[in-house]
Amino acid sequence: MQTVTREQLLSKAVSLLSSGTVNRVLGWKKGDFAYDVTPSVFETESELQDSFVYNIFCSANFSKYLISETQKEGRVLVFLKPCDSYSFNQLLTEHRFDRERVYAVGIPCDGMMDTASVKALAPDGLTHAVRDGEQLKISTLYDGETSFPFAKVLPDRCKLCKSKKVVVYDEMLGTNGDITDAPRFEEVVRLENMTEEERYTFWQKELSRCIRCNACRDVCPACTCEKCVFDNPASGVENKAIDDPFEEKLFHIIRAFHVAGRCTDCGECSRVCPQSIPLHLLNRKFIYDIDRNYGEYIAGAEEGLRAPLVDYHTDDPETDAVMEGGQKQ
Amino acid sequence: MQINNTTEFRPKIVAFCCNWCSYAGADLAGNNRLSYPADIKIIRVPCSCRVNPTFILRAFQRGADGVILCGCHPGDCHYTSGNYYTRRRMTLLFSMMNYLGIEKERTRVEWVSAAEGAKFAAVMQDFAQTVAALGESKRLEDLRCKQ
Amino acid sequence: MQRIGVFVCWCGSNIAATVDVQRVADAVRSEPGVVFSVDYQYMCSQAGQSMIVDAVKEHQLTGLVICSCSPRMHESTFRKTAQLAGINPYMVEIANIREQCSWVHKDIFIGTQKAITLAKAAIAKVNLNTPLTSGESKVTKRALVIGGGIAGIQSALDIADAGFPVDLVEKEATIGGKMAQLDKTFPTLDCAACILTPKMVDVAQHENIRIISHAQVEEVGGFVGNFHVKIRKKARFVDESICTGCGLCTEKCPQKKVPNAFNLNMDHHRAIYIPFAQAVPKVAIIDPDYCSMLKNGKCGVCAKVCSVGAIDYQQKDEIIEEDYGAIVTATGYNPISLEKYDEYAYSLSKDVITSLEFERLTNAAGPTQGHLIRPSDGKQPHTIVFVQCVGSRCAANAEKGKEYCSKICCMYTAKHAMLVRDKYPDTEVYVFYIDVRTPGKSFDEFYRRAVEEYGVHYIKGMVGKVIPEGNTLKVQASDLLMNKQLHIDADLVVLAAAIEPDRSARPLATMLTASMDTNDFFTEAHPKLRPVESPTAGIFLSGTCQGPKDIPETVSQASAAAAKVIGLLCKNTLKGNPCVAVSDEMMCNGCSSCANVCPYGAITYESKEFRMPDRTTRMRRVAKVNPAVCQGCGCCTVACPSGAMDLDGFKNQQIMAEVDAICK
Repeated sequence: MQTVTREQLLSKAVSLLSSGTVNRVLGWKKGDFAYDVTPSVFETESELQDSFVYNIFCSANFSKYLISETQKEGRVLVFLKPCDSYSFNQLLTEHRFDRERVYAVGIPCDGMMDTASVKALAPDGLTHAVRDGEQLKISTLYDGETSFPFAKVLPDRCKLCKSKKVVVYDEMLGTNGDITDAPRFEEVVRLENMTEEERYTFWQKELSRCIRCNACRDVCPACTCEKCVFDNPASGVENKAIDDPFEEKLFHIIRAFHVAGRCTDCGECSRVCPQSIPLHLLNRKFIYDIDRNYGEYIAGAEEGLRAPLVDYHTDDPETDAVMEGGQKQ
Repeated sequence: MQINNTTEFRPKIVAFCCNWCSYAGADLAGNNRLSYPADIKIIRVPCSCRVNPTFILRAFQRGADGVILCGCHPGDCHYTSGNYYTRRRMTLLFSMMNYLGIEKERTRVEWVSAAEGAKFAAVMQDFAQTVAALGESKRLEDLRCKQ
Repeated sequence: MQRIGVFVCWCGSNIAATVDVQRVADAVRSEPGVVFSVDYQYMCSQAGQSMIVDAVKEHQLTGLVICSCSPRMHESTFRKTAQLAGINPYMVEIANIREQCSWVHKDIFIGTQKAITLAKAAIAKVNLNTPLTSGESKVTKRALVIGGGIAGIQSALDIADAGFPVDLVEKEATIGGKMAQLDKTFPTLDCAACILTPKMVDVAQHENIRIISHAQVEEVGGFVGNFHVKIRKKARFVDESICTGCGLCTEKCPQKKVPNAFNLNMDHHRAIYIPFAQAVPKVAIIDPDYCSMLKNGKCGVCAKVCSVGAIDYQQKDEIIEEDYGAIVTATGYNPISLEKYDEYAYSLSKDVITSLEFERLTNAAGPTQGHLIRPSDGKQPHTIVFVQCVGSRCAANAEKGKEYCSKICCMYTAKHAMLVRDKYPDTEVYVFYIDVRTPGKSFDEFYRRAVEEYGVHYIKGMVGKVIPEGNTLKVQASDLLMNKQLHIDADLVVLAAAIEPDRSARPLATMLTASMDTNDFFTEAHPKLRPVESPTAGIFLSGTCQGPKDIPETVSQASAAAAKVIGLLCKNTLKGNPCVAVSDEMMCNGCSSCANVCPYGAITYESKEFRMPDRTTRMRRVAKVNPAVCQGCGCCTVACPSGAMDLDGFKNQQIMAEVDAICK
């Protein structure tokens, strides 16, 4: 049950703003449609009253915005859902922003809808989508109002949420949740159990749809490089042409590798992909391998954790990827 | 000299060798005249940990059929810990490449010390054979570079 | 665009027999950048090298590709040739067409093809080479030795004798370390004090040595040749420069019940004390935990009796800051705690003692004036059981103890057993051992004398249990060779406790960014070839902080470390390896991934102001590589997600150019 409302968030934001604790508020701004909310910075109470919104579509991970927001004068208020808080810690670990310039309010979350999931329920003429208890109520121009069980229609990333616990905050609104034991690697295992040929065909089909819009990279809270290697002519991998499917594979492997051990599995990459490529399955594969080989690790669970790829143990396993004389050790 | 016009498939194989152990091991194989297929072309790097996944993907993109990475045995790294990082990185990278359907026999990490000339030759022999048996690598090749 | 010359060597027939060298030279002539190519019989010969020099002048070459033997063989030769010809030595690349081509491929067609590919890869790389120069840094001609035991003393003396100032930091009030507590030393049975104390005096009197006792290193910055160190010299409440060491205060102090750590708490000294008669510096020290003046302001006897007025109750810790060119760690060892060894009744009976306590009991300057008596009742023991390997050579998964052999116990136990039998021939002495290990000059002879001449009972087997019963210690043990259980009523049991690195070593290693093994022994740069250096440049290892050692080995290692230090301090400037990591601060995120993987601590961060395209400024955390510390492994370049970190001489683009050339 979602325990915080727009009003609670709004009054918290207004009071922190008026008391001078913060100078700005990072929040969601309402758009033309219910599902159309935009991350935005509010500087005055009237802006907040006018357009601040909090609903089941407020899924954007705010942590990445803090890198630029903390460069400005004063302090910024950020609302952190559980996934956002992991990214928040990870960015702190990487010294990407100044903690002193942020006032973090933790908010519980038990799932957010996204555009693709709601459109799957009502492809045309959506006018209204609200949560009412355990039900999601949808109205369209054509069919009037229909109800769906909220938990059932959530996108996969929320159904398989790794943690409902906000791991870092200055203040918590509502009650904090716990780390879950959702079977989030099932899909990875399913792919692993396929033959190489089948996996190749699967990914060929998925990745060849990629249009290299870079949305996955731009939204990813781990992809915060000052200059991305894919934008840097000196890196040797910069390439924007998209005339064959192999190029995309290279892009996605390198991107996944760069965030390996730092990815918090927030699922933003898949959410924003306009081609609906299940990009999180790449990141999850790395997380799964890391967990299996080097012990369970959730990036961002605490500030200052040493990421698995900048760490080692002398007795790390030599898996069949690393072989001795062609033999698994 | 006669030009040998056989149509037998010869794989292209890139071998990254660390300067202190594996490259020296390759030199020792040479000193002892231990033959291995000429398909293997060695690139010298200071340490196996210098090898960026990008280099490996780039090789496949440009038409390599196999990539092998050789370093000092764990615990013997000239730089104390480089190969431990290599081990983690390559475990993940190769596992991911296989997850995307690239044949896992096309990538390999081997620990070869400066004293293991015979092992170097044997490993290269075996790897070249394995890769040759798989045939041409198509799954990560950049078609435009073929022209 | 580079102007590249390609020089293909025949190496007599070594290359020319299986590689058509002329064909190689012809094939590369049209490669981008190549303006000249030639083949010659012996490129490394005088004539070959002059040929290169001439070609550079004639064709205004900017880069060289030598197709020859392994770069491990002649890279430095050709770099020098390049320098002679007036181009930067790092504009040379070697294509290894001998070890990795002509010697391993029998077919001349295949060999030639591969040689051409290797040459093209080298050409592709040279096209992207840039001139590199080694960074230079000044060397501070002063050394710091941490630890004032025999290792630190020896290193300090050797360095000081070579004419360099040395600071010797010791955490205790006096130098001397463990050796000062020993009675006699194996295998010659010299008295430890007789050979150590003159050295301690030498240290005290040496014009180049400053002893900083009762002190610890608090902060280390900088790098090889330029360390900056903060040392906390703790208050001893006695002015070191005035105190004459007369000892009057140590007799008049009314607080008599302070455990004497030097005698392993087997007797007591006063609250103001001098650790032992030959202490250096021979200066009194007040234990603030026991001194009633310091605790509650009542007493002041020592100040009253001190004729020179050296007592200073107000003394504060002092911070000494100094620059050093090299640092020697000589932090030594301690016996392990025997708390978990109740099977030997160490904490249950006073008559179960460690070997180090035994040393004090037999030492003429010890708590019993050298009379071997039982700590419990002061009676002379008639049956003594020595137990070897207490906590040494344990199984890897054992819940207590160390996996390694402590190395010194076999020999000192033989010494103890022999000395007992020599002084008290009516005493029965049993030694229980797993193996007796006596490698070393005159060591096995020594052990055999203990068995054969002195009649010590050596029994292969371990002691299972020691049970204190009345005045005796019931020892249950097994004799593995006779395959039977033994029960011995002993008066004294001596445990050869394993030794472990001093606890101060771990935090020190962190400060020095020196690596350690899982047992907290310092790791050497190479276990065989660089045994006295840490992988961190400028840090040298002396004595047991690197691994268990006896005195002769410790002294040789200490002198070896000193020789390395002297070699370093003799230089005015240090030239680094120019193939080091460089960070592009415009792209750096400051995420610390590179610093996390750097084995040398070469990467630091600074906050820097950047002008943004919109004319605002922004503070950013960016990485800086210290080229004097970086060894050029390149691990950071892969850890860096943004590609800001690159390695000179092996740049991303250079390696990718090689990959491209090979895959063409």
